[in-house]
Amino acid sequence: MTQAQLAQGTSPLLAVRDVSVVFGGIVALNGVSFDMHKGQILGLIGPNGAGKTTLFNCLSRLYQPSSGDILMEGASILTRPPHRIAEIGIGRTFQNVALFPNLSVMDNVRVGAHSKTSSDIISDSLRLAWVRRSETDVNKKVHEILAYLKLEDVAHTVVSGLPFGTQKRVELARALAADPKILLLDEPAGGLNHEEVYVLGDLIRRIRDDRHMTVLLVEHHMGLVMSIADHVVALNFGKKLAEGTPAQVQVDPDVIKAYLGSKDQ
Amino acid sequence: MSAVEEVVTEAAAVEAVPKRAMTLGTGTSLLVLAALIIMPIFVKNFIIFQMTMLLIYGLAVLALNILTGGSGQFSLGQSAFYAVGAYTTAVLMEHFDVNYALTLPIAGVVCFGFGFLFGQPALRLSGVYLALATFALATAMPQLLKLNFLEHWTGGVQGLVVTKPDAPFGLKMSQDMWLYYFSLVVVIGIYILAVNLLRSRSGRAFMAIRDNEIAASAMGVDVALYKTLAFGVSAAITGIAGSLGAIAVQFVAPDSYTITLAVSLFLGMVVGGVGWLPGSIVGAAFIIFVPNIAEGISKGLSGAVFGVLLFLVIYLVPHGARQVAILGQQLAGKLRKN
Ligand SMILES: Nc1ncnc2c1ncn2[C@@H]1O[C@H](COP(=O)(O)OP(=O)(O)OP(=O)(O)O)[C@@H](O)[C@H]1O
Ligand SMILES: [Mg+2]
Repeated sequence: MTQAQLAQGTSPLLAVRDVSVVFGGIVALNGVSFDMHKGQILGLIGPNGAGKTTLFNCLSRLYQPSSGDILMEGASILTRPPHRIAEIGIGRTFQNVALFPNLSVMDNVRVGAHSKTSSDIISDSLRLAWVRRSETDVNKKVHEILAYLKLEDVAHTVVSGLPFGTQKRVELARALAADPKILLLDEPAGGLNHEEVYVLGDLIRRIRDDRHMTVLLVEHHMGLVMSIADHVVALNFGKKLAEGTPAQVQVDPDVIKAYLGSKDQ
Repeated sequence: MSAVEEVVTEAAAVEAVPKRAMTLGTGTSLLVLAALIIMPIFVKNFIIFQMTMLLIYGLAVLALNILTGGSGQFSLGQSAFYAVGAYTTAVLMEHFDVNYALTLPIAGVVCFGFGFLFGQPALRLSGVYLALATFALATAMPQLLKLNFLEHWTGGVQGLVVTKPDAPFGLKMSQDMWLYYFSLVVVIGIYILAVNLLRSRSGRAFMAIRDNEIAASAMGVDVALYKTLAFGVSAAITGIAGSLGAIAVQFVAPDSYTITLAVSLFLGMVVGGVGWLPGSIVGAAFIIFVPNIAEGISKGLSGAVFGVLLFLVIYLVPHGARQVAILGQQLAGKLRKN
């Protein structure tokens, strides 16, 4: 909380400016704007189909906004190809887990460090000294992250056989391996039980504090969002409905209506 | 301790193996190596020649394995890269008097460039469509080699005769045996480099692309670059196999490098186990020896017999030699426990 408040006056880490996305006839995002400040946990909420994942996909350059801009530390990201997003410090997880199913947990996380390292096929084939050194560093880092997320026991297990909850944790580990400045989490609590959600909330806060990351959290689990977010943005039908502290957004009449409306269906 | 650790599971279009299981354990590798070194001493020259071809096709299957097993891209066009390597060596040796050993790296570089360039348009295709595009390449290659204006260099339909090298340093060794050991050194060298590559950052990028392109690109992997690199590497290794093949057979001609060769290499990969590098040599053995066995069973119907044998293999061990290795290992593990 305090960290985020301190940052308020300064320029935002990430600025979403008037972003719209249209798929055929569907307007998935309609002029959405908000700022993210360093050290914040920003909760992005909204009923199914509100456009949350679409926004994430704009941030990772999988979708091209039809208008608007996205600025990371003041510079537009819209000129970058998707594979050059990780290097500016934007890391993510996916709503429906997008791991590399045939690779071990360790290798999945190692791929997460791809943007932080460099190599070429000749040096790699010859295992030159500098490549070996870089691999040693990567391995050290991967082990640290696996320990941090209590994944050491499954380090050498192929991920496709792991339970869904563990896979989600592996995805988080993979995202952490790139040391992102901003961590985008798309429904990390999906499929978790009550107890696990509580642990997850604690973990996200710890990641923010220990690893100095800023978190954009998409979540349907209101209890989780309201307990850990510093700031909440609510979307519905691609439009921003409300923005403010969890307490403010929770009592916002438009937000209440949107959620009640979606429950009626 | 175990070389092949994971149990075979059903998987999607490209049946993939985790990196650990892409290779053999050190002990097993050394045993295979020892067998390959000792064997020629006890057999006739013709068998030595066949073993050389086994190494060469094994190398070509390995190259396809890096492409398909590693990066998840299909190719029915490997015969084209093999042909370019073979012709590079033949032309350099016969027209420019270049030493045979020197032609290998040159063929590798030429084929890398060729594969890398071919990989560019192939980027827009995947799965079956990519297989079709590479199929077209394989079909076109023999015709390209017959083109009139190239005839001065390629010898047109006639092809080129290649001189078989003698053993150097006054070694008392038949040409066949020398070429076998020469090929063995090349193949083992490339095998080691290939294993290194697949275990490296680049290799992980290949496999990440194979498993999930979108996630790979979100991790910073330049999908287009690594896909074309995989094509380049695969083509380079196939080209070197082609070079060795030209020297071993002492002859290159357009019709030696038809789509049949490409299909054979593909078969070799499947029989050996997609993504399991040591399986390449088993796959190569299948495509070299099983047609002969089929002919031995029935001269008139050898094609049909080959088909039945192939069907049996695919039916009994759909994951190829790798599956047999895993079963063998599990059995050995059980015996040890008892
Ligand atoms: N690639 C696409 N092509 C066409 N329409 C799409 C595409 N992606 C999203 N949409 C549409 O855009 C709208 C917003 O979808 P989005 O996935 O962003 O919602 P969401 O807020 O993440 O929902 P949920 O909570 O269910 O995950 C939906 O109507 C969806 O059908
Ligand atoms: Mg979503």
